[in-house]
Amino acid sequence: MAKRSAPEVNAGSMADIAFLLLIFFLVTTTIPKDSGITRKLPPIEENDQDVVIKEKNIFTVLLNGKDQLLVEDELMEIDDLRQAAVKFLDNGGDGTCTYCRGAKDPKSSDNPDKAIISLKNDRQTSYAAYITVQNELVAAYNELRNRRALEIGSKKGFPDMDFIAMEKAYDDVKFSGNRAKLKEVIEQIKIEIPQKLSEVE
Amino acid sequence: MSKFKSKKDNSLPAVNTASLPDIVFMLLFFFMVVTVMREDNLLIENRLPQADQVEKLDKKYPISYIYAGKPAKGYEKFGTEARLQLNDKLAEISEIQAFINAERAALREELIPKLTVSLKVDKEANMGIVGDIKQELRKASAFRINYTTATGDAKSNLD
Repeated sequence: MAKRSAPEVNAGSMADIAFLLLIFFLVTTTIPKDSGITRKLPPIEENDQDVVIKEKNIFTVLLNGKDQLLVEDELMEIDDLRQAAVKFLDNGGDGTCTYCRGAKDPKSSDNPDKAIISLKNDRQTSYAAYITVQNELVAAYNELRNRRALEIGSKKGFPDMDFIAMEKAYDDVKFSGNRAKLKEVIEQIKIEIPQKLSEVE
Repeated sequence: MSKFKSKKDNSLPAVNTASLPDIVFMLLFFFMVVTVMREDNLLIENRLPQADQVEKLDKKYPISYIYAGKPAKGYEKFGTEARLQLNDKLAEISEIQAFINAERAALREELIPKLTVSLKVDKEANMGIVGDIKQELRKASAFRINYTTATGDAKSNLD
């Protein structure tokens, strides 16, 4: 008598099982997309000694409870804030800043290292307006950093990369260029144009 | 003659579905890999404002989430003012320090200073609650924060 082969397992329901699992994961999936504006809070200091900062080095931005913007004691539209902040940071009043292209107005900031943007808000200010203002101020810093990155990047072997592209490339694991050198350039730009944004409580 | 006649009828053969499980499994594995189980069940409204100067939140380092917004539909009994949500329940401002300490306790020691707090605040909330949260975070020495936003035109927030 011929040897009977074992009957094949019916795999017809395999697809059903897999579909069931698939649908479960489809429903529970949230593709992570978190991004935002990163800030560092100042530590609470016990002995707050008053540091003397010249009035001209402070750029005051006030956002009141009705979401109106007051920049350097004048009403301003949100669309003009970025340009005003760039103008202030880029002023280079004392001439030590070789990469500034501002008006060198002696009444405005000395150099980007000394320039401080002070942001004040009211308890009634809406969060949306606050984020918009933060966004514009970060954009002003990024605009200057991008410009500086294009200037020194071409000399250091990273042509046509602005600051954002540099940071992205540095974080990218597939980046093939000289990572240590790129880090150096990024750090240099961060030192030359530091983000000095202070928030008043 | 009939010997050479095809035994089968001449209708179209059925499509072979043997590879269907393979295809489905492939999809399944893709979704299994990219899945992040929803961590918190939101009790509040949480529509994030938009911004375009954003940085990606680095998953290499630990992230704690603090939500704020007015109570969502079905939770009106908690009022209409913006509230704070930690983990799965509404909380008071004073609970933030304990929350941060609990989050830290779950971390390896070298990661503790790297803890970033992601603030997911509804765009209709006002800055009062955000200021309070920030003050509490300073007291808890959690200085790295991220205003988590959606990506888009920032000026559309004001419409």
